[in-house]
Amino acid sequence: MSNSSQHHDKYMKFAIPGTEIAVRNGLADTISALRVLNLSGEDYGTIELVLAEVMNNIVEHAYADSPDGVIELTIQPKERGLYCTFNDNGHPMPDGTVPLGNLSSLNCEVDDLPEGGFGWFLIRDLARDLEYKRKCGKNILTFRIAIELPNLPVS
Amino acid sequence: MQLETTTRNDALIITAVMPRIDAAIAIQFKDEMRDACDGGPARVVLDLADVDFIDSSGLGAIVATMKLLAPDQKLELATLSDNVDKVFRLTRMDSVFAIHSTTDAAFTNIIHAS
Repeated sequence: MSNSSQHHDKYMKFAIPGTEIAVRNGLADTISALRVLNLSGEDYGTIELVLAEVMNNIVEHAYADSPDGVIELTIQPKERGLYCTFNDNGHPMPDGTVPLGNLSSLNCEVDDLPEGGFGWFLIRDLARDLEYKRKCGKNILTFRIAIELPNLPVS
Repeated sequence: MQLETTTRNDALIITAVMPRIDAAIAIQFKDEMRDACDGGPARVVLDLADVDFIDSSGLGAIVATMKLLAPDQKLELATLSDNVDKVFRLTRMDSVFAIHSTTDAAFTNIIHAS
């Protein structure tokens, strides 16, 4: 097996407690672990934003009444980007699907501007191949963050 | 979390001295912004130079701040980092706020405009 295919088999795994502060720390740990990929600052910004939005949703909705919940994140770097899988044991998505995340109209009075609903819009905008499954009481969300990884490190 | 305030040309400048405005501090940020703006001048400029990261909760807190201002007050933004600017652009919130490249530019622009 070549070094590069060994790397393709390599998963990065993270277990992050389902609270807002733990998510903040978990994001820092995740980005720090991904520094080995030598990506641009812009790419790290995109990755952190997508991961933050997904984890905030899990904390806010799936684990709304489960302060002891744990978020499991697996990241597999490949040439076509970062393949991400989130697992949690919280409430299922409403209607069993990922919210559409359409932006509300901004052509309105200041008082009517939306204060939320940006999260799923950003996830759908920045992630590819988004899929959601409910299996054995777990939420499983998979997607790819499409960034070029031309220089996968040799492990 | 820390907000520093100064005044310049009858405007209030609020500097967010924090590396991130995220879900963990969004509510606190909104409350402290409201207190900082309360009874202040019509023009409020929020300087985000120190902020490297904002998520949708942080964005929501800034929008909420604008909605909490007095009817004659207006919130403007200055010095957005690339990551912060991206969130405003993607959500098209850059069309809702006056956004200045720096706090100095926020005042230069006014001179040009008048």
